[in-house]
Amino acid sequence: MRATIRVYWRLLRAGFRRQSAYRLAALGGLVANTTFGLLKMAVLLATVRAAGGELAGYDTAMMSTYIWLSQGLLGSMNLDGRVDIAERIKDGRVAVDFLRPVDVQAAEIATEVGRALFSLLPRGVPAVAMGLAVGMALPESAAAYPLGAFSLLIGIVLSIATAYLVGICGFWLVETRGVQICYMVLSGFLAGLFVPVRIFPPWLAAIATATPFPAMMMYPVDILAGRANTTEALGLVAVQCAWLAGVVAAGQALTRAGRRHLEIQGG
Amino acid sequence: MSPTEPSTSGPIIETAGLTRTFTVRDGVRRRRLTAVDDLTVTIEAGEAVGYIGANGAGKSTTIKMLTGILVPTRGTVTTCGLRPVRDRRRLARQVGVVFGQRSQLWWDLPVRESFRILAAIHDLPGDVERARTGELVDRLEMAEFLAIPVRQLSLGQRMRAEIAAALLHAPRLIILDEPTIGLDVLSKQRLREFLVAERATHGTTLLLTTHDMGDVERLCDRVLVVDRGRLAYDGDLPGLGRTTGAERVLVVDLVAPSPDLTAIPAARHLDSEAHGLRQRLAFDPDLTTAAKVFAAVTERVDVRDFTIAEPDIEDVVRRLYARQASG
Repeated sequence: MRATIRVYWRLLRAGFRRQSAYRLAALGGLVANTTFGLLKMAVLLATVRAAGGELAGYDTAMMSTYIWLSQGLLGSMNLDGRVDIAERIKDGRVAVDFLRPVDVQAAEIATEVGRALFSLLPRGVPAVAMGLAVGMALPESAAAYPLGAFSLLIGIVLSIATAYLVGICGFWLVETRGVQICYMVLSGFLAGLFVPVRIFPPWLAAIATATPFPAMMMYPVDILAGRANTTEALGLVAVQCAWLAGVVAAGQALTRAGRRHLEIQGG
Repeated sequence: MSPTEPSTSGPIIETAGLTRTFTVRDGVRRRRLTAVDDLTVTIEAGEAVGYIGANGAGKSTTIKMLTGILVPTRGTVTTCGLRPVRDRRRLARQVGVVFGQRSQLWWDLPVRESFRILAAIHDLPGDVERARTGELVDRLEMAEFLAIPVRQLSLGQRMRAEIAAALLHAPRLIILDEPTIGLDVLSKQRLREFLVAERATHGTTLLLTTHDMGDVERLCDRVLVVDRGRLAYDGDLPGLGRTTGAERVLVVDLVAPSPDLTAIPAARHLDSEAHGLRQRLAFDPDLTTAAKVFAAVTERVDVRDFTIAEPDIEDVVRRLYARQASG
């Protein structure tokens, strides 16, 4: 068991270090996140004010928290369904994955989580600083911080584990770009990237909560913004864990089934 | 011992009726292509086997079934006493594979870091990791580029790092798919010397595919030739030459331009260059000797220099294929 943890921990660190090689890309991402953050602020804060200072439980400070946390998480959350394994299936490099005495799904997720955690530094920290500068709400209860951090981690892992499912469609389709683009359009919207899920009309909110997407980004942000109290927060984390378990199990089953279909591209 | 335990005795590779087909989209039509066709072969531990054949003959597909990457369509395969697909992860601990055209290193990270990650993946204890890495760095002369990211290595350096990565866990079986492709003569030579030394020290079984006759000659004591997915030859290298009637070629550089050297007993004039300054003669080593041909040449002209060329692998395989087609 300890040996197993050591393997995936190494892979996670490798992902972290790989990501650190792309500093310029991180800077570009930060500029884009900040610009869109300011845009979202203009639109959403005007909406809150027009609604009389509170909208679906969000006041302006809470809305700021939502905006800057969600922008800061963009570098770490996989909401576009793009994973490296899709590329490796397409050009045949995936052969090497199967030559290693590791679980292919776990290895991929560990590596991507490592990359995501690194991205919190150049893209998450500045966004939070920006939020603090413009005045964002912080949770009152001390329990919200560790709960929020845990929820955030589960959210990141869940987003990656779900994107992995998109990637391994390649076992059947080879070219997964069509699936990936559909996924990207849906996931960002339903995860609450553009507007909080709670201000969706009820029918749309019901659809969203029937998918894993709000559990990726909306729930951690609600916990860290103090939008959910401790009891609600525990409930949200439980839902996140349930989604993660389901998605990981689906990934295991699909990886096993997909291997029977695998034809290594490029000889 | 349970049937899933890796056995240390008995054949290291055993296939029976191994077959793999692929679906190929040919415009709108789909057709089945048989990449490996009813392959039955046994390789004992400690052997060094060259697996050769034309491009698309099914070499890589075979290797991918032996290592559990591809699922066979029909037939059985046992590698290191394990079922490759079912026991993929346990088999991976006993086999080292290099695909000459695919990297298993971490592209963005220093070479050393790839070794560390692989050591963790294979769960090597710290002292074993240090000793083995040290041994490989030494023998493959990698010290100078250990700290450089993989993407900045030359091809020769990268191949050495790839081989080290595949051998880090001291596997019982090494499978090399075109390990010397694209390497210069010196790099090939060093790699072969390393593999000979590695086998001498650890008694490792070697299976390699190659287009380079030099690889087979210097590394292998057994040759398998595959043609359109079927085994066309299984035996030693001289035997392959005998089966195909492989000719050798004497190349002579002459002191002065001379007319074509026809009518040398048991030899055939192939061509001349530079007004007859360089001429090539083919002969069958079973019918005459290089010395006799050479003596006959020196009786007629002054020779400045000469070489005897081995038949190249494509040539041997082509002739074997032709023989099979006609007989």
